[in-house]
Amino acid sequence: MDGTASFDYDSQQQKPGAESVAAGYDPNYVPDSVKSFVGHMYRHIREKNVYEIHQMYETSFQSISDRFFKDSPWPSVDAVAPYVDNDHVFCLLYREMWFRHLYARHSPTLRQRIDSWDNYCSLFQVVLHGVVNMQLPNQWLWDMVDEFVYQFQSFCQYRAKMKSKTEQEIALLRQYDQAWNVYGVLNFLQALVEKSTIIQILEQEKEGLVQFTATDGYDYNGGSNVLKFLGVIGSHITTIYHYGFASLMLRRYVDAIREFNKILLYIYKTKQYHQKSPQYEQILKKNEQMYALLAISLSLCPQVMLVEETVNSQLREKYGDKMLRMQRSDDEGFALYDELFSYACPKFITPSAPSYEEPLVNYNQDAYRLQLKLFLYEVKQQQLLSGVRTFLKVYSTISLGKLATYMEVDEPTLRTILMTYKHKTHAVDSEGKITSNADVNFYIDDDMIHVVESKLAKRYGDYFLRQIVKLEGVMSDVDRIKLE
Amino acid sequence: MANSTPNQKQQPSAMSYTVEQLIAVNPYNPDILPDLENYVNEQVSSQTYSLSANLCLLRLYQFEPDRMSTQIVARILIKALMAMPAPDFSLCLFLIPERVQMEEQFKTLIVLSHYLETARFSQFWDEAAKSRHILDAVPGFEQAVQAYAIHVLSLTYQRVPRSVLAEAINVEGMSLDKFIEHQVSNSGWAIEKSQDKGQFIILPSNEFNHPELKKSTADSVPLEHIARIFPILG
Repeated sequence: MDGTASFDYDSQQQKPGAESVAAGYDPNYVPDSVKSFVGHMYRHIREKNVYEIHQMYETSFQSISDRFFKDSPWPSVDAVAPYVDNDHVFCLLYREMWFRHLYARHSPTLRQRIDSWDNYCSLFQVVLHGVVNMQLPNQWLWDMVDEFVYQFQSFCQYRAKMKSKTEQEIALLRQYDQAWNVYGVLNFLQALVEKSTIIQILEQEKEGLVQFTATDGYDYNGGSNVLKFLGVIGSHITTIYHYGFASLMLRRYVDAIREFNKILLYIYKTKQYHQKSPQYEQILKKNEQMYALLAISLSLCPQVMLVEETVNSQLREKYGDKMLRMQRSDDEGFALYDELFSYACPKFITPSAPSYEEPLVNYNQDAYRLQLKLFLYEVKQQQLLSGVRTFLKVYSTISLGKLATYMEVDEPTLRTILMTYKHKTHAVDSEGKITSNADVNFYIDDDMIHVVESKLAKRYGDYFLRQIVKLEGVMSDVDRIKLE
Repeated sequence: MANSTPNQKQQPSAMSYTVEQLIAVNPYNPDILPDLENYVNEQVSSQTYSLSANLCLLRLYQFEPDRMSTQIVARILIKALMAMPAPDFSLCLFLIPERVQMEEQFKTLIVLSHYLETARFSQFWDEAAKSRHILDAVPGFEQAVQAYAIHVLSLTYQRVPRSVLAEAINVEGMSLDKFIEHQVSNSGWAIEKSQDKGQFIILPSNEFNHPELKKSTADSVPLEHIARIFPILG
């Protein structure tokens, strides 16, 4: 492993990039609390004390950062190495956290981005091929992968802003064209997926459906790079967020609504337990974004009965007014779809390198703009449907001619609107099985439209089953009570 | 008549087996790009279809914009149109850069997709007639769109006027008689003649045009749920 070689130039390279960092930062100065932090952490890792590692990772790192490194990076890895027996793997882990801290608080230089990539390469080599006998908390592992994907996105964004690049930067980009190369990134992620046997775990859970690539975010159908470390709430929420978003883009609205409803209810109920978690803000952000996505889903597919009461009242509070206006097929309604989508969509990236020969243009917004445009196409295609819904809800039968007059269109146009409604509300899977997302059911016979009232289905069977199990529990509790 | 893609069987041929394997083992490898391109052409000539292989190719094109062949992209998009009502066409568009989508032939395909998505069949056929030079490269195109039109009609109508059917599938007169005859003997269609209104086609019933056929899923409880109380019952 030649990973250590890259450490040597780290401290030298620090200086040219130092403008972005607070003046007076001495990478070689190690405060006592850091000495003791790395020392303890190193020991706990060697002793595989996962609980202690987790505590130090979640709490101590945060509090030391707040106290000593609010405006500057942590000490360089060379400076702390003596306190951890120069342990190669520990140094890789330390640098990973070092970069994460830097990314969170400062804007990294190109050189730092490249160094961070090198560090991930060495680290993942160890994880994937090494025989390292090491156990890290799931939370940390998830954060590492999450950060890796984040830094990749950040790199793509950075690279795409071509206009403001200096010649030096462009030369460096060319020289290190392997850094954050899309194939390298995806192959690492795929290797990690295989190593984690996550697919098997998911299949066991019968959740094999949750397939979504976090990196090429606009590939709604393929990919399987979802890493779900069980029990890590942040990753769970992110997974559902992506799954729900993909369902929305695939017009599987009922799926999307169900999943958003479930996870939003879960967040609502457990929010208080996560307040101290460093992920808390991230959770809140995703929470808000998912309410926006739920508002979109329900506007396109008004099936409010799928949504739990608590979630629904939160939704009304946040988006009630906007949702009313989204029902209208005018420019204002349209603009609201635009607004909510832009707020709630994942980050999209353009993964290819620019052509350095052509005039330098910024292309960091390209991918996002395309996604937005295609989504708004879909909204446009469905714009007339909310009008038709309103009428169908109040009639049990109505002739095509009469409805056409009410809607101020001619009869052939009305026929196309009704067929569009059917098409958009019925999804066909690869085996030809049709699933209905329709909120109103109707059929046309000759030139009469017959509307069939959809009865609210009560799940008696499920209810009784649950009560039986509950009663059995109570009875066995009672049995256990011994009366003196 | 729900399955709308009878002309595009998803059966793997001898070659597809290896291509599907390539994708499974190494989807992010630019070296498989030529194989995937050949595979698109094979899908066209053998009237088969593999969405996953085509998406994989489009993804590789994203990483290697210089190697993109617009002819191949056009073929992928036409095949995706033929897969309607599945949302394959937009899945592909998500992976094609906007500046490529500005090319004339892609603009045409996007318009065609829009007409199909909004069930405006007469406009679709008019536009398709003007675009023969793009569409003729892919055999089976018309039949696939007709199958989609019939799918949407069957979701919507119990009895459909002959003229509405004619417009949707773009067939008239004697050919339409033959078409209907074929469907009567193979797909359960029936013809009804009315004195003042002309001919009607009775489409086979399904739970979408006969909602009373819909099984009430609410009352059925899956076996796994019942299994939970087995220990108690025993």
